Amino acid sequence: MFNYILRRVLLLIPLLLAISVVVFFMIHLIPGDPVQIMLGNKGTAEDAARLRSELGFDQPLHIQYLKFLGNLVQGDLGRSIRNRNPVINEIKAAFPATIELTVLSMIFASIIGIAAGIVSAIKQYSIVDNLTMVGALLGISMPVFWVGMMLMLIFGARLGWLPISGRISRVTDLEVITNFYLLDSILTQNWAALKSTFSHLILPAITLATIPVAMIARMTRSTTLEILNQDYIRTARAKGLTEKVVILKHVLKNSLIPVVTIIGLQFGSFLGGAVLTETVFARPGVGRLLINGILGRDFPVIQGAVIFIASFFIFINLVVDILYSYLDPRIHYS
Amino acid sequence: MAKLTGITEEKTIKSESLWSISFRRMRKNRTAIAGMIILIIFALIAIFAPLIAPYDPFNQNFIKSFRPPSLEHFLGTDEFGRDVFSRIIYGARISLQIGFVSVFISLILGVSLGLTAGYYGGWLDMLIMRIMDLMLSFPYILLALVIMSILGPGIFNAMIAIGIVYVPQYARIVRSSVLSVKKKEYVMAAQALGASDLRIILKHVFLNSMAPIIIQTTLSIGRAIINAAGLSFLGLGAQPPTPEWGAMLSNGQNFLRNAPWIATFPGIAIALLVLGFNLVGDGFRDAFDPRLHK
Repeated sequence: MFNYILRRVLLLIPLLLAISVVVFFMIHLIPGDPVQIMLGNKGTAEDAARLRSELGFDQPLHIQYLKFLGNLVQGDLGRSIRNRNPVINEIKAAFPATIELTVLSMIFASIIGIAAGIVSAIKQYSIVDNLTMVGALLGISMPVFWVGMMLMLIFGARLGWLPISGRISRVTDLEVITNFYLLDSILTQNWAALKSTFSHLILPAITLATIPVAMIARMTRSTTLEILNQDYIRTARAKGLTEKVVILKHVLKNSLIPVVTIIGLQFGSFLGGAVLTETVFARPGVGRLLINGILGRDFPVIQGAVIFIASFFIFINLVVDILYSYLDPRIHYS
Repeated sequence: MAKLTGITEEKTIKSESLWSISFRRMRKNRTAIAGMIILIIFALIAIFAPLIAPYDPFNQNFIKSFRPPSLEHFLGTDEFGRDVFSRIIYGARISLQIGFVSVFISLILGVSLGLTAGYYGGWLDMLIMRIMDLMLSFPYILLALVIMSILGPGIFNAMIAIGIVYVPQYARIVRSSVLSVKKKEYVMAAQALGASDLRIILKHVFLNSMAPIIIQTTLSIGRAIINAAGLSFLGLGAQPPTPEWGAMLSNGQNFLRNAPWIATFPGIAIALLVLGFNLVGDGFRDAFDPRLHK
């Protein structure tokens, strides 16, 4: 097990290097003069010269890459062209908002998805099953950002139950410690802030969960159906266990293994979906940072956000793989 | 008696090809047929858009801006007084075009890379598949955004970006089918008879990987349509005044409170069209699944 983890961690190094190469060459692949494109019509000749030397464009390509990599290792992702802030600080400020959103959404998707999947499998071909499966199919067919807008329209604009944009209400004071607002409000025992942060998270989290909920429900249903046909379930029923015990102890436990993998692998789509969800709900997260970078052609910000999201994604995939081998004793890694 | 019918049935099935069995199964699948009907309706809407749309989708008329749905304007009007229904009708053309063009790009690139990797093996296989792995280590939308930030905004660039994003999936599917048929007797026989590599690849190897490619293609057209709408929504795909559904949604969000119809209907159109592709894709998957043929 230890050797397996070590090998997987070592395998990350070439992958991370490859990602850094891709991200480094992004700027050089832009058709035309990247400095002019980044500055738009606003920059003077001096601005252009300054930016050119700041980005190291006056040096040979391999030196530029080595410098880029050296800075990257030290956590220096350059400065934003728009506001001159270090990119790493922008990411540090935005990242907690994205994590709060994705984690809450993941919890929500897992609970609803697994429950719906198991109920549909137990009551196969019933109305509940058919409705769940139609719902799941609709879930993967609807654009996430449209779902977000409809939720905003119904629960925000019409019913006025929930806030529709931002991370916390403007009138609520919160002492920021970790930048994870949920955590900060608990640490400072600021219950008004906790309530406000949570209510700002509900609609975005539901929005982001639409596709994963559908996928998890479908996956849970099919694995549960497979398990219900196994001999050990028949044995459990034959020896007189109640249906509740059979479902909770024998079915649920065994059907969770493949579902956990699906949930883990869905994390990439959570991160991708966060880009759209944060845009709809005007939440200041990494996805929003990236989109603003792309729209403003702010390449240091784009590079930083891309490296950050991609590295985070492969790290999560690694954790899922390790968890999987831990959860399922049948899998042996040499 | 029951046993006897079983045997005769098995005989008839054996004499049929996988294709005819699959299409027979497909015809019996009611949800797949429903999906097919949705797709046909959208195709007809796209083809006959000028005949169906009551107004010019670009025609601005400020006196009529923000009209709610009525008999005159079936789905209301937007801030420029343009007819939302007519714009959705024309949008079907754009979305279908995006779906087919981007999937065509992934098909061409993915299938040729997968065939090359699988058939020739060795370092070429290694190189191609490592690049595919690298692409898969990015979340889809992120990879599309990386490509878009290089190419710049625009609807055609969005098609290229989405096309490239799905290349690894095709390459993997095709490569694994190539590996599974490469050592079959009929391929070796063709090699012994002196058939050229290209002929063997196209005639024997490619045709045998058709089923998974068809399933993948149907499902990915739907996903391509959603992702392209997403890029337009973010302001990177179709630009105004193009009547593209994602761009219409993005614009409609500004008027969500007072004119919700502008954002509501294009979303329903996307969901219906993608639902059609998903239903047909699921239908193909069930129809081609050899485990279900027994």
